[in-house]
Amino acid sequence: MAEEIILLDLWASMLGMRVRVALAEKGLKYEYREQDLRDKSPLLLEMNPVHKKIPVLIHNGKPICESLIIVQYIDEVWYNKSPLLPSDPYKRAQARFWADYTDKLYELGRQLWLTKGEEQETAKKGFMECLKLLEGELGDKPYFGGENFGFLDVALVTFSCWFFAYESFGNFSVEAECPKLVAWSKRCMEKDSVSSSLEDPLKIHGFVIMMRKELGVE
Amino acid sequence: MEEVKLIGTWPSPFSYRVIWALKLKGIPYEYIEEDLSNKSPMLLQHNPLHKKIPVLVHGGKPICESAVILQYIEDMWPQNPLLPNDPHERAVARFWVQFAENKVPCIWRLFRTTGGEEQEKAKKESMEMLRALEEHGLRDKNFFGGDKIGIADLAFGQVAHWLEMIEDLVGVKLIEAHTFPHLHAWTKNFKQVPTIKENLPDYGEMLMYFKRARDNFLASRGPGM
Repeated sequence: MAEEIILLDLWASMLGMRVRVALAEKGLKYEYREQDLRDKSPLLLEMNPVHKKIPVLIHNGKPICESLIIVQYIDEVWYNKSPLLPSDPYKRAQARFWADYTDKLYELGRQLWLTKGEEQETAKKGFMECLKLLEGELGDKPYFGGENFGFLDVALVTFSCWFFAYESFGNFSVEAECPKLVAWSKRCMEKDSVSSSLEDPLKIHGFVIMMRKELGVE
Repeated sequence: MEEVKLIGTWPSPFSYRVIWALKLKGIPYEYIEEDLSNKSPMLLQHNPLHKKIPVLVHGGKPICESAVILQYIEDMWPQNPLLPNDPHERAVARFWVQFAENKVPCIWRLFRTTGGEEQEKAKKESMEMLRALEEHGLRDKNFFGGDKIGIADLAFGQVAHWLEMIEDLVGVKLIEAHTFPHLHAWTKNFKQVPTIKENLPDYGEMLMYFKRARDNFLASRGPGM
């Protein structure tokens, strides 16, 4: 049976990009469908009735929701190419633990560009603490997965195209605070699966400007 | 087999998730009760980031976060599987475990309310969460795992046993047979599964413990709240 893979996504979403990276790592062809979250499509509402959010992967008609769960699904179904999760149970647990932790970055990052003043300062502090901890977890390894690009790399690398936007609105430098992490993100960008899936940081910056106007932050 | 230890606290539903998983798979372990008001060096060493329980320590190596621990137990000891074989069904089970992590905490927000707008909001969120479980999670299955309990059932253990205690203390009734027929039946069926039935905190003791905790919390908030 021919595989039918559809991805419901939003171009700027770093969570959706995780799925794009995973699909590219496995060399999979799929149909990308851009979603308008202000006017949700019947397909999105049908495929993710609980959260009504992107990304949603639809594989042969069946939906899978939540970005990290989708990445695990892709890794399990197409297990014979570029494995993302390690085979050792303890290493898998570590990868899952830290991947769940990266979801904190999503919330803190949102606060960074959605708020001002003291609230923003608190978010900025929290954000940098998270990044520093993750940098510690990376250590001297080329990738979080060790010698090979893996699950935790996928979970975190998509945030790197948002760094410029975070830095502009938060008034700080990721490279100054976490140089090893920035070096890691550049190393990841040398991979086709990553460079073809991540968005241009300038476009992301423009997206955030637009969102701030729309939400009345300015 | 290397030594397995579980650091937990007796009233915690998160501790129990791990106990249930270990017991269902017949894994012997040493249970260590933690005093969260005076955290042990062992806890701080094994979970320096969150300093929370439960922590599973296997052969000296710690695994933290109950949802991660459940998957570790499943990976390590495949007997009596908690996850189905089919990848799509596994993704669905994981979706509901994540839902339990992100959405079920609203019942604990309800636990901390006394009335007014705050309570109405927490009650509304809790009802919406239960509605999602009834209509999308459980539907007409006996368990979230299908015919037998799985990882999602363990994750929703709070709803089967701890929610009743919250309802009693706060004085609201959320799950009733006519409003949530499947979920209501599930709370009974889940607690009838032998391993679960034999491993639940005593309801009376639990009620006393959480009443004290709630009274202390409300007192510390001060008057006029």
